[in-house]
Amino acid sequence: MNTTIALAGNPNSGKTTLFNALTGARQHVGNYPGVTVEKKHGVYVENNQRLTVVDLPGTYSLTAYSLEEVVARDFLIKEKPSVVVNIVDASNLERHLYLTVQFMEMGLPVCIALNMMDVARKMGITINIQGLSEALGIPVIPTVARSGKGKLELMQAVRSETFTVDMAPLNLSYGTDLDLALDRMEALITKNTLLTKTYKPRWLALKCLENDEQITDLLRATDPILFSSVGAIAQTVSAHLKQTLDTDPEALIADYRYGFIRSVLKQGVWEQLNDDNRLYISDAIDSLMINRFFGPLFMVAVLFGLYHFTFSLSEIPGGWLESLFGWIGGRVDAHMADGLLKSLIQSGIIDGVGGVLGFAPLIMFMFLGISVLEDTGYLARMAFMLDRVFRIFGLHGSSVMAFIVSGGIAGGCAVPGVMASRTLRSPKERLATLLTVPFMNCGAKLPVFALLVGAFFSENEALMMMVITLISWIGALTVAKVLRMTVIRGESTPFVMELPPYRLPTFKGLLIHTSERTFQYIKKAGTVILGISILLWAMMTFPGLPDSQTQDFQMQKKAILESVKTSVATELALAGDSAQLSPEARIISDKLYGVDAHRSEAALKHSLAGRIGASLEGLTSFAGFDWRTNIALVGGFAAKEVIVSTLGTAYSMGEVDPDELSSLESSLSNNPAWSPLAAFSLIIFTIFYAPCFVTVVCIAREAGSWKWGAFSVIFNTTIAFGLSVLVYQTGTLLGF
Amino acid sequence: MSLLSMRHMGMGQEGMISSVKAGGEIGRRLRDMGLIKGTLVKILRRAPLFDPVAIRIKGFTLTLRNNEADYIDVEVKE
Repeated sequence: MNTTIALAGNPNSGKTTLFNALTGARQHVGNYPGVTVEKKHGVYVENNQRLTVVDLPGTYSLTAYSLEEVVARDFLIKEKPSVVVNIVDASNLERHLYLTVQFMEMGLPVCIALNMMDVARKMGITINIQGLSEALGIPVIPTVARSGKGKLELMQAVRSETFTVDMAPLNLSYGTDLDLALDRMEALITKNTLLTKTYKPRWLALKCLENDEQITDLLRATDPILFSSVGAIAQTVSAHLKQTLDTDPEALIADYRYGFIRSVLKQGVWEQLNDDNRLYISDAIDSLMINRFFGPLFMVAVLFGLYHFTFSLSEIPGGWLESLFGWIGGRVDAHMADGLLKSLIQSGIIDGVGGVLGFAPLIMFMFLGISVLEDTGYLARMAFMLDRVFRIFGLHGSSVMAFIVSGGIAGGCAVPGVMASRTLRSPKERLATLLTVPFMNCGAKLPVFALLVGAFFSENEALMMMVITLISWIGALTVAKVLRMTVIRGESTPFVMELPPYRLPTFKGLLIHTSERTFQYIKKAGTVILGISILLWAMMTFPGLPDSQTQDFQMQKKAILESVKTSVATELALAGDSAQLSPEARIISDKLYGVDAHRSEAALKHSLAGRIGASLEGLTSFAGFDWRTNIALVGGFAAKEVIVSTLGTAYSMGEVDPDELSSLESSLSNNPAWSPLAAFSLIIFTIFYAPCFVTVVCIAREAGSWKWGAFSVIFNTTIAFGLSVLVYQTGTLLGF
Repeated sequence: MSLLSMRHMGMGQEGMISSVKAGGEIGRRLRDMGLIKGTLVKILRRAPLFDPVAIRIKGFTLTLRNNEADYIDVEVKE
């Protein structure tokens, strides 16, 4: 028997915990086609029988209101799972049954996993399980997902033969007016066999009355004549209700559903004896956590804590990865002849793979930290406290996480920041968030700022760094507001949100959640990032210097070597490390290094990236950038810290270590082409221009379309250029 | 007994919802979460900037913005 079980239920019902208990590590996370809603499925194994388990997105209802609801509904209708396991929170029974009733209206083979029985008992709630099952006419199995209790009984019920895919739908009465309208609409729809193959006619009629956009669109498209006659009935009854009861069908249907639930619970099914103990504890914690004075202070502490947890802990495995790739790079360097292939492997592939994996520890610890905050219930409290501030800019209280991780406290990273926007359930606010977090000052931009501030504003370093942080925050929030008024305009998503009781996260849940997201990043983003890394390498390598010029540089080196004594020449040929050279040999070695550096500069200028940089000079001079800066900015698309090393090459400094900037600093500050104004203009540009391509790949993935990835590159660069020109031109006029 | 918009309810005040005058998306969301006529509500607390507000209904805690609470009229004891 090959069967699929769908797990469905409200957010915070313990659905994912049950899914983890059922499938363990045998699960797979993907996306539903075309949307960013996560699709999780796994396998439950018992007695060599394998059942496919699908964890549907958590929803409160089954309207076409949110993406999650549409996805869950489409899956249930089109994939026809053999059983729908509806996870219901026993401590919050009345509201959770609202979804159950809607499953029953659809005629789905549904059974209830009555979860958190332990919590309900502690709250003094007694539920007559037999009575609930009889009143609803579906199996009810008590469970405690956290401990796995009731798991076997649930699966036994699921596999028993009580279910048939064609369960009779629950025909509730919604009052005489609506019932009569439903009867007439149902009779009309039944005649269209094309629709009734997939949908139950009365359910379609009900959805028409509820004014469900997805279903009315479907009807209009498949049978316009049917749609107009059905729509006419719906309109008549709707107008009648407005006149007589001052209400609409949607609200009335909801009232009758809740009425039905209350009548079920009143049949001796549900009883609460003492006061709700667990909520009492949660309320006590909340009176401190959301306290007007202590709440924000504690939140700042939590944000700093999360930040340090993510970035300091990830340094350890990050360091291992770095030494591993350094070692591999060294092996390649030692065992391969100089040439294009070596350069491709070193700069294109090893740096590319290293780049992909280098972010993995960051993403891992960020998701671990956020999972803890989310599972304990604190994330919802943060959103609650900050919503008023972020709403001004068309964002949502939950946006704060993404901004902080991206570098709201300088030194973050936009890659995990963009991924952190997943905690937002409102699509418009989420898109605005993930498009603006790259403006934050990530750790890779810091060496660029350090270089420029060190070279031109060394008296006011701390002040300048603060100004830079402020500019990026103001810029990001302003752009978010602009986006929400133009490209992503529209009403803000309602904040109607549950504050779940505080809970201890389960270790297993945290582990699964964190590891699956990290692997998803490596797998999905990895291939694209490697490809772009190779492309960028090619842009900065090809076309190579013409042979005549290469020979020129070789001649220069040869001339230097021939001019010295043979003893020095042999010393140079044998020595590996310049530190052990004699003073005489060191001078020569430095001279040779200088020739190599000039060759690198010439090669860079000759390459495609160099030509782009040079050809843009006419335009970028308005912002105060010459061709060298332009190439460095092209290189910065690979990773922002590359700006520093590319500037080093372009100024014939050879390899520049981002931790050792003093020589490049002095060569910039002594260069007449540079001024504090040009440096400030470059700082502004660096804050705002196109995110590095790893971030772009993540934006495209999280937004569900490459369109948004391309948008972030073009839009951000345009803003950056506009601001830089403004700064540079105004500054020049004012005489700086 | 008197009628009060939920926005103007005080901390800890209780009452029974007498009407929810919202259509469309927000109306749907309010109903899905159980905010319908006849439901008992209690104001738990407000965010540090007085908006949104946290309320207790049907044994759980719900938050909503003040401009969303405007749709809801509550019958309160004096």
